[in-house]
Amino acid sequence: MHIVACVKQTPKSDQVKVDPVTGCLLRSGAASAMNPFDEYALEEAVILKEQLGGKVSVITMGPPQAEAVLRDSVARGADEAFQLGDMAFAGSDTWSTSYALAKGIEKIDAEQKVDIVICGKQTNDSDTGHIGPQISAWLKWPNAAFVKRIICATENFVRVERLTEDGSEILEMPYPCVISVVKDINQPRVRSVKGRLAAKRVQITKWTADDIGADKSKLGVKNCPTNVVKSFVPKREVCSVTVSGVTAQERGAKLVALLKENNCL
Amino acid sequence: MNNFKNVWIFAQVQRGRLSPTALELLTAGRKLADSLKEKLCAVLVGYHVEPFVKDLVEHGADVIYVCDAPLLENYVDDVYARVLADLVAQYKPNKFLLPATNLGRSLSAKTAVFVGTGLTADATEVTIHEPDGQLYATRPTFGGNLMATITCKRTRPEMCSLRPMSYEKALAKPGRTGEVIHFAFDAKRHVSAARFIEFIKSGAEGIDLAEAEIIVAGGRGVGKPEGFVLLQKLADRLGGAVAASRAAVDNGWIDYRYQIGLTGRTVKPKLYIACGISGQIQHMAGMSGSDVIVAINKDPQAPIMKAANFAVEGDLYEVIPAMLEELK
Ligand SMILES: Cc1cc2nc3c(=O)[nH]c(=O)nc-3n(C[C@H](O)[C@H](O)[C@H](O)COP(=O)(O)OP(=O)(O)OC[C@H]3O[C@@H](n4cnc5c(N)ncnc54)[C@H](O)[C@@H]3O)c2cc1C
Ligand SMILES: Cc1cc2nc3c(=O)[nH]c(=O)nc-3n(C[C@H](O)[C@H](O)[C@H](O)COP(=O)(O)OP(=O)(O)OC[C@H]3O[C@@H](n4cnc5c(N)ncnc54)[C@H](O)[C@@H]3O)c2cc1C
Repeated sequence: MHIVACVKQTPKSDQVKVDPVTGCLLRSGAASAMNPFDEYALEEAVILKEQLGGKVSVITMGPPQAEAVLRDSVARGADEAFQLGDMAFAGSDTWSTSYALAKGIEKIDAEQKVDIVICGKQTNDSDTGHIGPQISAWLKWPNAAFVKRIICATENFVRVERLTEDGSEILEMPYPCVISVVKDINQPRVRSVKGRLAAKRVQITKWTADDIGADKSKLGVKNCPTNVVKSFVPKREVCSVTVSGVTAQERGAKLVALLKENNCL
Repeated sequence: MNNFKNVWIFAQVQRGRLSPTALELLTAGRKLADSLKEKLCAVLVGYHVEPFVKDLVEHGADVIYVCDAPLLENYVDDVYARVLADLVAQYKPNKFLLPATNLGRSLSAKTAVFVGTGLTADATEVTIHEPDGQLYATRPTFGGNLMATITCKRTRPEMCSLRPMSYEKALAKPGRTGEVIHFAFDAKRHVSAARFIEFIKSGAEGIDLAEAEIIVAGGRGVGKPEGFVLLQKLADRLGGAVAASRAAVDNGWIDYRYQIGLTGRTVKPKLYIACGISGQIQHMAGMSGSDVIVAINKDPQAPIMKAANFAVEGDLYEVIPAMLEELK
């Protein structure tokens, strides 16, 4: 079983600056780490490897410093790491990002057949959740999003449970396929000592747009279909009333009266 | 690009039910269509979906594209995305709005690649930029800390998924008429290697969180699983639903599907009562759009107390019983 986990380096804090002119992220300064959702994607890949044998490759598209999330992935159980880095990728939207990742996965697949690609549900920065379904669209592989459980994975197919607003749905897919996972799928483990050592030693494969045979007219801020034209900090003006009363019981009763008065009930 | 005309919305049907998001999209779409002086069209995909045509027309759709087939009974990404991409290729809409439900987020993403166009995710506001007729879609990012307006200059249709409850539901005008266009399902093209096996209804009784007008949410301050029984009591009395913070979910007091926030669900009820929740940014990301927020918390300094419209200092185990008493 060859599983590819997609991981993205994202800012750790929520306090992120965006260039008001280009709409691009000003990443310098903000501490970065693996997108929290990708820890679940990677963990699920490692669990599958442990169950079925095989290996886990991780891929990221990002600037040179994004190498850190690949090493971190190896510390958490991944075997091989691939980084797509090229100025041509800079500022890509989800359509272009998923195209680049699909081309990268295609190249990995050509070298060693890929069975499952696992993405996180979304990132904690731009959180579109597009990338998983879009990678599958470029590759013409089946996909399932919001996966909360892998019920079973055999030699030939994987059966998953995906979350819906009113329950869940069971789907079965042959390989290769793409899944995006939600966080209750597993509990990511801590990095092992062995993993930390492997992370230091691992050779990271670095590919440019040309290496993966990507069409540059589909890449980067100038060519991607969408652009951020404006960004602003939302205004939160809250008119806050502290409910009065001597005891908690009095305040509870007062609250009900206030809510009725304001037509909230 | 000029031959792309009309505003489309995707009317989601699941398990024989028209999603309320369809009526919200009709409200948003109507505004766009009117300012462009173009038609508002709804896309209806599924099995036995004909009965919803009338609903959609009465709520404002001028044209309905219907694709009805047994193989569309359940949602499989490739199948639906292919149908939508083929519809787009044939009828060339100018704008295309989908709901940012679980189904809609996945479907819109795949369809955008099949179509070859840009997609804005999870917008809360859509407008037409008058000078050039472009769609300006504004969305919260970074857990609600930054609003970004996204455009798609060169390709059509501009696609966008719209967060549920961002717009009011369109009102019905009984007797309103519209045009129906049937689109043939093609069993050779509209296929997937994925196979739908079955649907499992959530064990939970009661109101779906996404549709609840009143939500009573509990956090770490609830302290124990039985505490949610008290919260459920209050929710039942108010005709609402129960939800939770991540701390309560991580403690195993309530299922993940009830988690509100960045890594949970986004809700926008008329009234959100946060009990024993401190109001961390990741929680606020999922509920700050509520019309009215109430905080019940022992600590007057908790951040939620400043973000709430009504702040009640006190032990939730004293405040809630008093509320129930008052509501009798
Ligand atoms: C403020 C802002 C708003 C934006 N809004 C939009 C928008 O509405 N539409 C749009 O098309 N683009 C948008 N973008 C661009 C988008 O952020 C980038 O394309 C980004 O690289 C990928 O999208 P995401 O972070 O939303 O990933 P998601 O789709 O949320 O990520 C899902 C999963 O895909 C994988 N993944 C994502 N990115 C990578 C990567 N670089 N390498 C490896 N794996 C990855 C991970 O497993 C991740 O968990 C926006 C950018 C900004 C700054
Ligand atoms: C990447 C990431 C994603 C996250 N996603 C989410 C998410 O989706 N949703 C989410 O909720 N959190 C999320 N979190 C966690 C979030 O940061 C907070 O840890 C969490 O919201 C805290 O939950 P809480 O308010 O219930 O608990 P606490 O912060 O511990 O607050 C408990 C509150 O209860 C009060 N209290 C205690 N006892 C009582 C009583 N008897 N009566 C009244 N009040 C009482 C206390 O004064 C306190 O204010 C995320 C964190 C990260 C890093």
